[in-house]
Amino acid sequence: MIKKIKLTIIIFFGLFLFIVFFKGLNKSNNYSPINILTKVDTKLTARSLYSNQEISLEKLIGENHFSLINVWASWCLPCRKEHSYLINLQKINNINIIGINYKDSEMNAKKFLEDLGNPYVEILIDADGTKSIELGAYGVPESYLINNKNKKIIKKFIGPLDDFKFKEIVKIASNEKI
Amino acid sequence: MKKFKILIIAFVILFNLVTNLLADNSDQINKISKNLRCLICQGQSVYDSQSDFAISIKTLINKKINDGENENEIYEFLKSKYGGWIIYDPEINKNTFLLWLIPLILFVFGGLLIIRKVSIK
Amino acid sequence: MSNQVGNYSLYIALLVSILLIFKSYKFKSNSSKNLDSKIFSLLSIQSLMILISFASLIYAFIISDFSNETVYNNSHTAKPLFYKISGTWGNHEGSLILWLLVLSIFLFIFFIKSNNQSNNYRVLTVLFQEIIIFGFLLFILFTSNPFKNLFPIPIEGTGLNPILQDPALAIHPPVLYLGYVGTSIIFSSSLAAIVCGIVNNNWAKHIKKWIIISWIFLTIGILLGSVWAYYELGWGGFWFWDPVENVSLMPWFCLTALLHTIIVLEKRNLFQSWTVILCITTFALSMSGTFLVRSGILNSVHTFANDPSRGIFILCFLFFLIFLSIIIFFIYQKNISKNLNKSFLISKETAILINNWFMMFFLSVVLIGTVYPIFLEVINGLKISIGPPFYQKLIVPFLIPFFLFMALAPKLKWIRDNVYRINIQQFIQLIISIIISYFLIIKFGISYVFAIPLFGLGFFLFFLTIKDFFSKDSSLSQKLSHFGFSLFIISILLNGVLAKEYSSNMKVGDEREYMNKTIKFENIKVVQESNYKSIVGEFKILDDRSNLSMKPEIRIYDQPRTLTSEADIISTIYSDNFLVFNILKDDGYYNVRYQHKPLMIWIWLSVILISFGGILSYFKRND
Repeated sequence: MIKKIKLTIIIFFGLFLFIVFFKGLNKSNNYSPINILTKVDTKLTARSLYSNQEISLEKLIGENHFSLINVWASWCLPCRKEHSYLINLQKINNINIIGINYKDSEMNAKKFLEDLGNPYVEILIDADGTKSIELGAYGVPESYLINNKNKKIIKKFIGPLDDFKFKEIVKIASNEKI
Repeated sequence: MKKFKILIIAFVILFNLVTNLLADNSDQINKISKNLRCLICQGQSVYDSQSDFAISIKTLINKKINDGENENEIYEFLKSKYGGWIIYDPEINKNTFLLWLIPLILFVFGGLLIIRKVSIK
Repeated sequence: MSNQVGNYSLYIALLVSILLIFKSYKFKSNSSKNLDSKIFSLLSIQSLMILISFASLIYAFIISDFSNETVYNNSHTAKPLFYKISGTWGNHEGSLILWLLVLSIFLFIFFIKSNNQSNNYRVLTVLFQEIIIFGFLLFILFTSNPFKNLFPIPIEGTGLNPILQDPALAIHPPVLYLGYVGTSIIFSSSLAAIVCGIVNNNWAKHIKKWIIISWIFLTIGILLGSVWAYYELGWGGFWFWDPVENVSLMPWFCLTALLHTIIVLEKRNLFQSWTVILCITTFALSMSGTFLVRSGILNSVHTFANDPSRGIFILCFLFFLIFLSIIIFFIYQKNISKNLNKSFLISKETAILINNWFMMFFLSVVLIGTVYPIFLEVINGLKISIGPPFYQKLIVPFLIPFFLFMALAPKLKWIRDNVYRINIQQFIQLIISIIISYFLIIKFGISYVFAIPLFGLGFFLFFLTIKDFFSKDSSLSQKLSHFGFSLFIISILLNGVLAKEYSSNMKVGDEREYMNKTIKFENIKVVQESNYKSIVGEFKILDDRSNLSMKPEIRIYDQPRTLTSEADIISTIYSDNFLVFNILKDDGYYNVRYQHKPLMIWIWLSVILISFGGILSYFKRND
């Protein structure tokens, strides 16, 4: 009798293990940062690329309905590719695009914007990469869509923007009035 | 004898104090960054990695130490930004207590089995 | 051409396997004697077929036959011949063929070597082993066939991963597989033994050799992996508690426990059920290791290309084997002659139980640490990392009592011993060890809570194992392995607390002062080698006694474009000097990392000693 109970317990335990591993197989083993949506630390300040003044994010977030923080660098090739999307997004009235210039030389950054256009309302310089870490970034390019009212990150976009991500941003921005 | 003891204890405390004061940030940066996963690498710690991400984190840790933050505050900060995945040393909470407890329970259980097998006489 | 040969011989092996399963299942103990030769010839055909398919894969690698997809993905004409050959098992598909080859050859050897055992038992072992082989064959043929054709035939291969071009890594997988696969024989034979009801001292004597041989290969395999990590990964560490490393450590703990328990079974006919459970667990752990590594369920440094269907196949197969063995165990448990004699508190039997107790604890820590994140993610959707601090926190405190038991236990006698044999002399040695460790800890300012008892008992174990060489109590192999282990512990502990490292960004001409040493970055040279460009840094490490010149390298490979840092390591019997440098983005600056690691070489040597003990024990004549 005891033997049978033992056997059943072991078998059920085995089945439980099997199910967990089976489910585990279907999960991605890469980390998806999209789940961590916190408030933006608006106290963050950095020097502006053009005006050379210390500007806080608080000042930049809040003037409009949405902000899109975009981490970029002139040396990053995907950034070059996604830039046209940013230029198009700029045309949407209720989004402010804030640039974080990641580990770049100021000269190259300015050259980059001269060549491809400047979609940003303001560009903050992150020379040593620490500002991006404070924003929770992994690398370049990355964009965060922020609701300016409650300062919450609505969505993180890791990697370059593409058609799909662009449409998503536009959709969120146009539904805003509801 | 007692005096001797006190002397040794005092010596140890003093020694620790001195070494702590003399040590610059780099030891502490190493210590903290060894406990952090480089999120964009495959199974490497921030300490071991030379990626941009890891270098930025190390710079940030240095800044934070200079600002007077301690180790735990830095971990808490990074956890709020990147989640528990970044820290190698899982803290004990309602999700992880089993992790720490199961091996200990098994150890006690094993001990009991041995006692049953062995006659103490 | 070689693709077809390899492929068809695998299918033939599959047929033979089905035939063998059928034949051995139908086998009755009173059948004719010629069955022996029938099974023998079938086994030789199978081994030969798998050997042919393995050889044809090697051949495809040697001639760079890119019509073979595996070769295309993992080789390149610019590779040196040695690495072309080792590339055969450096990838998922090829390594499985190697697994299979070892499986079948081990079974073949087992069958020949076991002719003094009962036919029933031998045939049953063949049955269980053939089930495993059959599973692997299906796995290879339907999810990871190494003989896939590629058309049009590419001109050049894509696989030239430079990190994998290392002699230690070339022989590390085969050695490790020999260990893993050895456990399959132990598994099959223990199941056969329990069905036949022969789990006794005779069987123990016979299977002990297989346990020892798997244990030796597993130990050396793990050692080679660590050596590779130390020399090649360029981080200066040798054990990272990476999931893939843990996966090789788990069967090792189990096998080490088994290695001790089997002696009790052999000498005293005790712990039958426990021995069988250990045999099954060891193999289950080896298989789970394969599952965890190959399915890509874990995030690790070592990644094989993963494909979910593979994971599902191994998972199902693994659980099939586990359930099969559990059911067999429960059905035939009554066959085990119940030896209800309890062992006495102070006896060798109890000491070995305590060894097992600790081994199982270490195993559970590593196992739970490795799989817990998977569970948490599935159940709660949370992702956490479990890294070195967890393992250290749970394992290190338990080492203290473990050392004490290990120091005192080997001198105990079978059946019953006396407490008073633990005499005053040993007590004095213990006190001396603790005093030594106390001063050591003060001198180096170690702040770890358990440092004094940990080092104290470590030294105590060390002294006692040295002293044991002069006693006549136990066998030389045991003394050697235990001495190796204590040396290992001492080296790791001292290395852990005394290692110093310094890292700085430097450019040519810079000098840095560190712990009364001067690190000079003197020059840099660029050398063009056949398949890579090398940046060689010339450094001098100066202190008042020595003047070391070190030349670490940064290698830039073309296909695929990879940067690797080759550390320069100068080893002496006292310590290793480890220097590595990396390119930084800021022009002209390099990140230079210097590490001083005491007693490093003794870590490797002690593991060699440990396995040498095993080798001695393997060749020792049974008395």
